[in-house]
Amino acid sequence: MNTKMKAAIGAIFSFGSACAWANPHRWQLNMTEGVTEVSRAVQVLHMQIFYICVVIGALVFGAMFYSMYKFRKSKGAVAATWSHSTVAEIIWTVVPIVILVVMCIPATRVLYQMYDTSKPEMTVAVTGYQWLWEYEYQGENVKISSRLDRPSDQTRRLKSGRDPYAVDDYLINVDNRLILPIDTKIRFVVTADDVIHAWWVPAFAIKQDAVPGFINEAWTKIDEVGVYRGQCAELCGKDHGFMPIVVEAVTKAEFQTRLAQMRTEQNPLEPQPVLAGAPALTASSFE
Amino acid sequence: MAHASTHDDHAHGHDDYDDHGHKPIGFMDRWVYTTNHKDIGTMYLLFSLLMFFIGGAMALVIRAELFQPGLQLVHPEFFNQMTTMHALVMIFGAVMPAFVGLANWLIPMMVGAPDMALPRMNNWSFWIMPFAFTLLLSTLFMDGGGPAGGWTLYPPLSLQGGDSFAYVIFAIHMMGVSSIMGAINIIATILNMRAPGMDLLKMPVFVWTWLITAFLLIAVMPVLAGAVTMLLTDKFFGTSFFNALGGGDPVMFQHIFWFFGHPEVYIMILPAFGIVSEIIPTFARKPLFGYQAMVYATASIAFLSFIVWAHHMFTAGMPLGGELFFMYATMLIAIPTGVKVFNWVSTMWKGSMTFETPMLFAIAFVILFTIGGFSGLMLAIVPADFQYHDTYFVVAHFHYVLVTGAIFSLMAAAYFWLPKWTGRMYNEGMGKAHFWLSTISVNVLFFPQHFLGLAGMPRRIPDYNVMFADFNMISSVGAFAFGFSQLLFVYIVWDCAYGRKREKASNQVWEGARGLEWTLASPPPYHSFETPPKIEPWMLAHSDVGH
Repeated sequence: MNTKMKAAIGAIFSFGSACAWANPHRWQLNMTEGVTEVSRAVQVLHMQIFYICVVIGALVFGAMFYSMYKFRKSKGAVAATWSHSTVAEIIWTVVPIVILVVMCIPATRVLYQMYDTSKPEMTVAVTGYQWLWEYEYQGENVKISSRLDRPSDQTRRLKSGRDPYAVDDYLINVDNRLILPIDTKIRFVVTADDVIHAWWVPAFAIKQDAVPGFINEAWTKIDEVGVYRGQCAELCGKDHGFMPIVVEAVTKAEFQTRLAQMRTEQNPLEPQPVLAGAPALTASSFE
Repeated sequence: MAHASTHDDHAHGHDDYDDHGHKPIGFMDRWVYTTNHKDIGTMYLLFSLLMFFIGGAMALVIRAELFQPGLQLVHPEFFNQMTTMHALVMIFGAVMPAFVGLANWLIPMMVGAPDMALPRMNNWSFWIMPFAFTLLLSTLFMDGGGPAGGWTLYPPLSLQGGDSFAYVIFAIHMMGVSSIMGAINIIATILNMRAPGMDLLKMPVFVWTWLITAFLLIAVMPVLAGAVTMLLTDKFFGTSFFNALGGGDPVMFQHIFWFFGHPEVYIMILPAFGIVSEIIPTFARKPLFGYQAMVYATASIAFLSFIVWAHHMFTAGMPLGGELFFMYATMLIAIPTGVKVFNWVSTMWKGSMTFETPMLFAIAFVILFTIGGFSGLMLAIVPADFQYHDTYFVVAHFHYVLVTGAIFSLMAAAYFWLPKWTGRMYNEGMGKAHFWLSTISVNVLFFPQHFLGLAGMPRRIPDYNVMFADFNMISSVGAFAFGFSQLLFVYIVWDCAYGRKREKASNQVWEGARGLEWTLASPPPYHSFETPPKIEPWMLAHSDVGH
């Protein structure tokens, strides 16, 4: 496929653009590429299987529409009497098998990558509650409780009389964001306190069920500074639609400053390390 | 399609078939105590049509609330009850009983039998249904409302509701009993009641698909019964099957549920494959391509349906090996399903086609079901499924296979066999109008939901970010158009049965129709074949066991 055509199709399915959308946008047709190596690999898989389906669909539906046009009784078509063709049947059994095997290979590779939670540089515990998320930076003594922001919460009430269009990031905004550093392998350990929730950030291609009593793992390594939004993806009761997720990805240095601030706020009695002139952080200091 | 014997006598009084007064007189004798496969089939079909409208009304509540951002009509609690009940009513009340109704009407006529093998049980399996659904629907009016945890009833959420949950579970048990009895009856009829010469590999594909479906039902309905019984004891008797604090596992419920749930989706689509395999050859005036391949593909799909359940749970936290196994197994289903689609297309190829309403619905089925199959293939790719799972992409997927799949096949079947059942032709022009209204509106309804899901809209939410507003509005417009178009179907059926101007149908009805049911009068005698028919090769759609 030449680049022009690719660009044209890309424009149609709005995946050709280099920038990643942190928010969904109007008339969005396609999955986000996201901001991690894994999310881009997932998006490529998605487009590969999609194009395979488009090609098969064009052939099958093409044959159907051709026969509907050509073999009509009103055009004097006389029905053939055959009802079997071993060659054709072998072809359309074997060719799909080959296509599927070809598709399995990259899918398996990406899945291995997604499951490799080894050697994280830091770990965040994610806990779902009815109806908010709690984040804990493990080993840092810092917790963030994150729930739907007030303007959204007031507007979303039945017959609130408020205009959802007047609220910024309606229903996908929170009071306290999860702050994460970029270029850092972050492991998430996901669980829930009451019912099953699912922690989903499309830009990272992470969707992991939060199951009470069990711990699931996921990981990410964010490439770009930005604000990334998601929502709970497992029905968890009446306010299931109202427990969004907002991740703010910042540079490593800024992350250290923000983390230290939060630590001070949350643990006022603890002696604090001196921030200014502190030694440069190494990966091991997160673990 | 008579409601009472008085109507029926009036409508059929002039028909020239031999009635001999076998038809019981009076509502109780004719309908309540009936053991007749046609009357029971009619009741199943009317019941499922009623449930289709009740479930559809719930869908319209959902789509009305989602018409624009903000909550305008219902509380989130009630919204969740609507999504849950819509699914339960449509699956157990509309689609499954409709296929059982068709099986009742058609299988004895297709295999050359006088009636079903177990007629009294047949009566019972139908009459359980109205009670089961009265119980289920009554929970909406109880304290705490109906079930609101999704039709999948995942604990711990499903256990948070009110005590009305016990009624839901009892209703599900009753539906399960009804389904199992229906399935036993169908298997017994097919295996024991075939006329001499009706070999297994000469049976119509519809009979084959139902035979396989009936085995699926018997295999998995008890699994569902077990799962919901464990929910019942967890809620009311202090057990901890699914409670981690008591040593249980909430994800175990999902495994058990989907071990039922995945074969269940094939229970709702295999008979549809059978219907389409009867209709396309009729209107292509050409034998079905690859009859044996169709039968074997159906059996393969049924087998595979038992080893793919966990593809509904890719994000639940399975080990890598489990994810890979269920991904590969799920992708395998594409192969027998592909064989079926290719066979239907090959049946059309070099045929001599006309496009009456049943054929239109059957062709739409093949195209739109295949689109649902494609999105199913996409969902099988685990890494991509992490993005699709529990979004509107999934909603679009399963509505393509269930609405434009199962429901469209039922519409096709209704138009195809209505003239046989009533002895009169339906209004073809109105049938075509119904088809085009339905097909256009259903795509307006469900196609934009693919985009919503890919853009990041989760399913089962009553309100959404304003960026999702445009496609939701389009989808809701399509929903109302589709819903109200179905009223036309009711009129067409009524008109076919009772309308003044309808012309009489011939025995064969359709020029290309083959099969024993078309050798009977239209409408057929009350007891289909009192003596086994002498089967000639020309009677059958498929009489050549070589292929």
